[in-house]
Amino acid sequence: MIYRMGAAFLSLVGLFVSAYLYLYKIGRIGSLACGSGGCETVQLSSWSRVLGVEVSLIGVIGYALLLGVALVALQPGAENRRGPMRLFTLLAAAGVLFTAYLTSLELFVIHAICRWCVGSAVIIVSIFVLALMAQRMPGPQAG
Amino acid sequence: MAAATPGMKRFYGLLGAVAIVGIGLLGWQLSRPATVSIPANVAIQPGDTAGFNGYVKGDSSAPVEITEYADYQCPFCQTFATLQMPTIEERLIKTGKLRWRYKDFPLQQHSYSRLAAHSAACAADQGKFWPQHEKLYEGQAEWAESHDAAPIFRKYAEANGLDLARYDACMSSHAHAGRIEASYQEAMRVGVNSTPTLLVGGRLYTGRLDSDAITRLVDSLAPKTTSAR
Repeated sequence: MIYRMGAAFLSLVGLFVSAYLYLYKIGRIGSLACGSGGCETVQLSSWSRVLGVEVSLIGVIGYALLLGVALVALQPGAENRRGPMRLFTLLAAAGVLFTAYLTSLELFVIHAICRWCVGSAVIIVSIFVLALMAQRMPGPQAG
Repeated sequence: MAAATPGMKRFYGLLGAVAIVGIGLLGWQLSRPATVSIPANVAIQPGDTAGFNGYVKGDSSAPVEITEYADYQCPFCQTFATLQMPTIEERLIKTGKLRWRYKDFPLQQHSYSRLAAHSAACAADQGKFWPQHEKLYEGQAEWAESHDAAPIFRKYAEANGLDLARYDACMSSHAHAGRIEASYQEAMRVGVNSTPTLLVGGRLYTGRLDSDAITRLVDSLAPKTTSAR
């Protein structure tokens, strides 16, 4: 159960990180607390959109989905159903792959590193690891 | 559905606390009025460029026109603006030989270029484009590496006597983001790929042109009656 809780907790943190970056991208937040110009360079690059959609918005939607599924998987009645955790793990795996693609763009194409993006990468990888561990453990017990 | 265990209740309490803190931090960021940025991915509307074709200095009947595509955060543009332009202005613009048209070409790698261009555009709304333009270039070293350039630009606006309420409203609404993006796209279309680039008589000039080279160029393009001293 602790792994599911951790995954839900990190999904919420990731949701706020993505929301922060999205609000910056749409001009609602003036500057990112970044410590270098890397965040702006990445966020203002042409690679900050995928198929016309802001990457940070994809992050908001992805983390919101992860949080929603994690909360469902935490319900006392869900401990014996593998469906929610399988879906959660699948979503987390997609997030890891997407993050790997974005990080490679930062390193090899944009040549700038956004610390918030690195933070999000750490979060999604941690979520994926927790999801794998939760798959091996029994779910929450009813009180 | 079964009732939540005490452990789960504590977990939901923690999750709620994090949500409240997160929403509070985002709300605090959103409520900071002095800090603005200019989005690059704006959809250009017809009104963004209606009646606007760059910022012009000089006689409308001057025989030669130079269009400069520049970036406020570009060091070469700064050198050109502060060292070469005063001579060009005295020698060519004020004498009616040359009309100067300034257009924005904010390079993607410069984090404050669009913000600076927008600051100048908001100053233009109050008839103070050129004073703000000069302050932006003169102060480049002050803001280019700063944590937040917006308050510095606002300080320049205040020093130039702008109505700060109007300036703030202009900046926070991104009123001229479309105009800047239109200028950027125009520069890309005509083949600009570095700054500063000068468009003179249908040809692009890049590199470190100085006032003497520009004077020779203008003299060579101007009708003889105008260029004769």
